[in-house]
Amino acid sequence: MKGNVRKIAIFGATSAMARGAARRFASEKAEFVLVARSAEKLDAVKADLLAFGAARAETVLCDLSDVAAQAAALDAVWNALGEVDAVLVAYGSLPDQKACEADTALAMREFANNGSSAIALCNEIGKRLEAQGRGCLAVISSVAADRGRESNYLYGSAKAALATFVDGMAVRLSKKGIRVIDVKPGLVSSPMTAHLKQGPLFASSDKVGAGIAKAIADGKTEGTLYLPGIWALIMFVVRHVPYFVFKKTRF
Amino acid sequence: MTVCSWGKYPKVEAAAVQHLAWRHEKIDFDPATSFLAHGMGRSYGDSCLNEGGTLLMTRGLDRFVSFDPETGDLRVEAGVTLEEILRFALPRGYFLPASPGTCHVTVGGAIANDVHGKNHHVAGTFGCVTDEFTLLRSSGEILRCSRTENAGLFRATIGGLGLTGLILDAKIRLRRVRGPFLNVKTIQFGSLREFLQLSKELGTKYEYSVSWVDGTAHGAQLGRGLFMAGNHSDLTVEERKEPFVPKLVFPCEAPEWLLNRATIRAFNELYWRKTVGRAVEGVQHYVPFFYPLDAIENWNRMYGKRGFFQYQCVLPFGDGEEACAELLRRISAYGKGTFLSVLKTFGDVESPGMLSFPRKGITLALDFANEGKETLDFLSMLDGVVAEAGGALYPAKDARMDEAMFARSCPRLAEFVKYKDPLFSSSLWRRLGEPNFGKGA
Ligand SMILES: Cc1cc2nc3c(=O)[nH]c(=O)nc-3n(C[C@H](O)[C@H](O)[C@H](O)COP(=O)(O)OP(=O)(O)OC[C@H]3O[C@@H](n4cnc5c(N)ncnc54)[C@H](O)[C@@H]3O)c2cc1C
Ligand SMILES: NC(=O)c1ccc[n+]([C@@H]2O[C@H](COP(=O)([O-])OP(=O)(O)OC[C@H]3O[C@@H](n4cnc5c(N)ncnc54)[C@H](OP(=O)(O)O)[C@@H]3O)[C@@H](O)[C@H]2O)c1
Repeated sequence: MKGNVRKIAIFGATSAMARGAARRFASEKAEFVLVARSAEKLDAVKADLLAFGAARAETVLCDLSDVAAQAAALDAVWNALGEVDAVLVAYGSLPDQKACEADTALAMREFANNGSSAIALCNEIGKRLEAQGRGCLAVISSVAADRGRESNYLYGSAKAALATFVDGMAVRLSKKGIRVIDVKPGLVSSPMTAHLKQGPLFASSDKVGAGIAKAIADGKTEGTLYLPGIWALIMFVVRHVPYFVFKKTRF
Repeated sequence: MTVCSWGKYPKVEAAAVQHLAWRHEKIDFDPATSFLAHGMGRSYGDSCLNEGGTLLMTRGLDRFVSFDPETGDLRVEAGVTLEEILRFALPRGYFLPASPGTCHVTVGGAIANDVHGKNHHVAGTFGCVTDEFTLLRSSGEILRCSRTENAGLFRATIGGLGLTGLILDAKIRLRRVRGPFLNVKTIQFGSLREFLQLSKELGTKYEYSVSWVDGTAHGAQLGRGLFMAGNHSDLTVEERKEPFVPKLVFPCEAPEWLLNRATIRAFNELYWRKTVGRAVEGVQHYVPFFYPLDAIENWNRMYGKRGFFQYQCVLPFGDGEEACAELLRRISAYGKGTFLSVLKTFGDVESPGMLSFPRKGITLALDFANEGKETLDFLSMLDGVVAEAGGALYPAKDARMDEAMFARSCPRLAEFVKYKDPLFSSSLWRRLGEPNFGKGA
């Protein structure tokens, strides 16, 4: 099923969700270029994918919040793979909302990491896919993009910027035969959320990763994708709850 | 943070819970506190708990490190579960070489308790199929341990109850199979003697065997049960459509009145009748064969808020056989055992582990709802029978044995403490008096 996706680039490849997706393609002997900012973590992920059967896994070290540094990483990817079948942009960070309220510089750094730097990256990836004339781009934003919550609205606003950008790009590139997917995961167990109490709504990063892989491989999904699917319903409600009610919920 | 094990007894406060995600992560081993790894918490008692100390949650160490498709040698991080290994291995023509009755356990936990499965009489324990692991000590040292390198620590860590440090990753040898199915035979037996006879006769013919024994039967029916044996089948998934495996969830903690003599007896009676006629044969998927209880998520909630005890002992062949019958008599007279009581014979494949529980003989495992002092007194009385017969208890399932019983169960304790990590400890270890044999603190 995933046999037509052979060459894959992952930005933020040390993400647990990204690894969940990548394993599905690794089992089908895909080739990878893995981009992230920690060499030790990259090595661990590379070993994992090779164990799962990846034909090849190269690593590229890059702090993706540094927009100026992205070009070199992009070159490294395309040089290594030639044409790329699928790109996954998975990096992100969940900041301490309270700390962001107190420290505007921190807030802006976090906004850049989750929002503007990812927009810059996607813009460049879009150009390269357009030049190839084919391929699929999946970008992980979040359900947090859908409404500002007291507990994480800095993060949410950055993801909202990213999600809106990706949605628009999806429409534009769809006409050129390129699929762009805005992945909105709900609550997912991963290192990012390990410190939170894991209620019944939490899905495993492996399962959500599998959902991302499936969407990339199916040859038709584009636009917004909630994962697990139940979040489409939950967020429909959350978006439509009037403010005076929303204010009182702990959601 | 409140933490408990699968038995939901005891429930203790850990001072800190640290979620590990990467092997290379530095852990700040503050000598003012104590540390203990915690995997899936599928132990029953307090061996995976550390009241007042730090728990190192290993589940995030869930990466595969290497796999050789030719030999089946697999290296994984210690938080990888046996379920994840099975899902990986089966499509590649391999299977776990040893597995307990649930696949929701981590590799680290499987080593630290040196778990056994239905093939113990052939393959030995999980430690027997583990070739190597790396161990992080509180000194910050990372040591490679195998039968030839740091061999003492290797043997101390297998079955070492997490007290020798943090296992980071391990290499095990997978076993080849063609598909996920087993040829299974179920045979009724009417007594303990018949059970032993069957174990002897079929042990050489079947790679896997386990028996259910009716913990409520008495008189002439005492010791009746079902002997279940299996071998891997050559059938592949394509040759046989995989049957649908329903997943049930035990929704909430059950009220205390649910478990009473009548319901337990009825359940056992039904289970006994499951086998119509003396013996049935058939093909079964590996999930219901190996992991029947995993089909009901959170089945431990059945025992309600106060939790339950699992009692697992091993008794030597010969003298131990009468003791086993005596245990069954007392349990049925007590009348409050247990839905699933399990009997199995351990073979003589010896584990490298110093504190490993499995040893040649008959092992009996059953659950008892926690009803406070009454239950504790009853279990202490069973200890007396086990001790008298030269038997041992399984620390991984214990929340209440005394120091003397622990010493009996682990005859190589004095050798073990030389390898214990000074900053690692557990609620179990402190309950059992932190034996140090004059080694100093
Ligand atoms: C339904 C059911 C059936 C079972 N059947 C069997 C059976 O047939 N045979 C059998 O032997 N057992 C059986 N068990 C018990 C279970 O297999 C063991 O308790 C197992 O060790 C649990 O693994 P865990 O990952 O949950 O570890 P935990 O319970 O979290 O921890 C167990 C021990 O391992 C240590 N540990 C965990 N990870 C590490 C690490 N990385 N480094 C160092 N130490 C570590 C902990 O400190 C602790 O001492 C069963 C349990 C259940 C719930
Ligand atoms: N977990 C959830 O509940 C949830 C829900 C909705 C959306 N998301 C989003 O899903 C994505 C994946 O998250 P996850 O759950 O898989 O968590 P994760 O395992 O913590 O993954 C996030 C990864 O992004 C990397 N990263 C962060 N900033 C980077 C940068 N500037 N350059 C390079 N790499 C960077 C991190 O690397 P380092 O470890 O080196 O920092 C980390 O490996 C993220 O975008 C997250 O925002 C998560």
